[in-house]
Amino acid sequence: MSDSTKAKTLAPATSISPERKPSSEEKSWETNILAPALAKAPERQKQFTTLSGHPIRRLYTDADLTNWDSKTQLAHPGEPPYTRGIHATMHRGRLWTMRQFAGFGTAEDTNERFRYLLAHGQTGLSTAFDLPTLMGYDSDHPLSEGEVGKCGVAISSLADMEVLFDRIPLSEVTTSMTINSPAPVIWAMYLAVAEKQGADWKQIAGTLQNDILKEYIAQKEYIYPPEPSMRLVIDTFEFAVKHTPKFNPISISGYHIREAGSTAIQELAFTLRDGMEYVEWALRRGMQIDDFAPQLSFFFNAHSDFFEEIAKYRAARRIWFKAVSERYGAKNPRTWALRFHSQTAGCSLTAQQPFNNVVRTALQALSAVLGGTQSLHTNSLDEAWALPTEFAATIALRTQQIIAHETGVTNTVDPLGGSYFVEALTNEVEAGAWDYIRKIDAMGGMVAAIERSYPQREIAEASYRYQLALDKKEKIMVGVNDFVSDERPLEILQIDETVAHRQHVRLKKLRADRSQSEVDRALLVLKRAAETYNASTASSNGHLSHENLMPHIYSAVKAYATLGEICDAMRTVFGTYEETAIT
Amino acid sequence: MPDKRIRVLIAKPGLDGHDRGAKVIARALRDAGMEVIYTGLRQTPEMIASAAVQEDVNVIGLSILSGAHNTICPQLMKLLREKGMDDVTVLVGGIIPEADIPALKQSGIAEIFLPGTSTQAIIDFIQKKYAA
Repeated sequence: MSDSTKAKTLAPATSISPERKPSSEEKSWETNILAPALAKAPERQKQFTTLSGHPIRRLYTDADLTNWDSKTQLAHPGEPPYTRGIHATMHRGRLWTMRQFAGFGTAEDTNERFRYLLAHGQTGLSTAFDLPTLMGYDSDHPLSEGEVGKCGVAISSLADMEVLFDRIPLSEVTTSMTINSPAPVIWAMYLAVAEKQGADWKQIAGTLQNDILKEYIAQKEYIYPPEPSMRLVIDTFEFAVKHTPKFNPISISGYHIREAGSTAIQELAFTLRDGMEYVEWALRRGMQIDDFAPQLSFFFNAHSDFFEEIAKYRAARRIWFKAVSERYGAKNPRTWALRFHSQTAGCSLTAQQPFNNVVRTALQALSAVLGGTQSLHTNSLDEAWALPTEFAATIALRTQQIIAHETGVTNTVDPLGGSYFVEALTNEVEAGAWDYIRKIDAMGGMVAAIERSYPQREIAEASYRYQLALDKKEKIMVGVNDFVSDERPLEILQIDETVAHRQHVRLKKLRADRSQSEVDRALLVLKRAAETYNASTASSNGHLSHENLMPHIYSAVKAYATLGEICDAMRTVFGTYEETAIT
Repeated sequence: MPDKRIRVLIAKPGLDGHDRGAKVIARALRDAGMEVIYTGLRQTPEMIASAAVQEDVNVIGLSILSGAHNTICPQLMKLLREKGMDDVTVLVGGIIPEADIPALKQSGIAEIFLPGTSTQAIIDFIQKKYAA
């Protein structure tokens, strides 16, 4: 196939189009069956839309797939463009990884929950850190007051990390860590624990979230400005390629973009354009696409609009394949295939009638499974109130096990493939995402778009539109703006201030016991290395050259420098970031 | 003629960056005719109290989802009293366990709006309070 025909056949197809040409049978159905039915009983709404406001037709037929070619746009599972999934056998071969996000209190508390979940059939770990850790502050920093151990586990040093993974063999379990700005530091702690346990770095597997772009766009847990932050991300790519070939140094995340109120198309577009941005920065560093891109992973939200979500996952694989093969010339099928984790939508859960959340979560999880997810977190019923109790977390895990073992949806690959509606919606979601991607290209890429608040503004608009639709009851949330009833309060997990106290005591002891001169030296070396970078030192071939900070961060971690101290060392060199607040 | 609009400071205290709610409320109150100032992220109680004095606001709306409300709210209320801002109406929106509500109200928080509250309910609450 020549390049020009390839580009043509791969061009996104749009199917809600004025040139839709229904067959004579469809026209006759419209006249003879539909028209009298509508005359007798009009439809419930003038227009039907997805949760994201995307218009949906009454009926999809072959007329909606006229520009669609099943050979190039659907193909078979395990082959480009991966619409039907990235593996030939998908969940018949291996079920997705059941990876429940957990973390609260001290490292001891979370270690206990981890071991409980593993004992109950969970197949991978996923770590939630508290806000001070996410922002690179130690538990005893003044800004940490009131926040220690609340939204996740408090990790201030390697000593905490050793406790967190105590009696959990890192050579056997895969671990995901939801950490972004301080990701290199937390990862270094994890690698140090693995080393202590005697695990081979070449064999350990897991995922670091490490997606700073979506922090500027949506979740807002950033420390440094974009440029040094991107440098740190690419440093972890280099380090991962060299030392930990089975570890994903990044999980490019749409989850938080969606939670911030985006539409499905925005989630897809901004996430994949973020992915392209990381690729471009790594290429500028002089890395080769097929060396590092197989280790990139993605993370999507599993929201409530069932088919829209399935279309989103299918379109994501298609877009990524096209982007890496056409834009960056990737030749390695492992680069082409987009692997993703999914999590059910926290923002869809209601504080009212919380047991309904079990049902929401089950349906959302089902969409992720039918969309071909590689791993999945199901939210707990009490998460509109607090971090989950053990009771609630167990039901969430059981939900996945029921989908896997009772519903039969794993018996065949991509059971929805070929559905007029699903294929047409996949095309539309893909086309909508490419429109955004091209807009961001025209702005000079994602960092430039973020600096002019473009994705932030688009998301804020969408989130406000959705709130107004709820207020006007154009969209219904059961138990919130309709079907309201009285209820008993739920028993929830409370984290008290003794967690902060225990952390203070432990940090005091750590600072007394370690070699301060070793810590000072490691931090100084790190600072010097951080200073080697500035954009003007780009080498003659256009590649940005500077020292990779990972080895220096690792040395500091091993000397028991704290998270806060290491992040501070980089703060003094890189500065900190303040966003332009938009409302 | 002086601007008689109700002045509201929407603030996002603590380390949390989840600002969806704060931004939706800021916009809804503005669309309802109020003068809204949004502090942006990561405001300490000191920063919020100073901004409230400087902007001479009638209402402060705090968005807290992180569980830090029991630390932040009493600190802010104390600072406001010290600055003579006793008459300012302080509202909290976010994830607040029901068990914590009585103590927060005791500390001077006028009302707490839990997840699922319509923007109209908040607008109505403020407008009723400041009805001419």
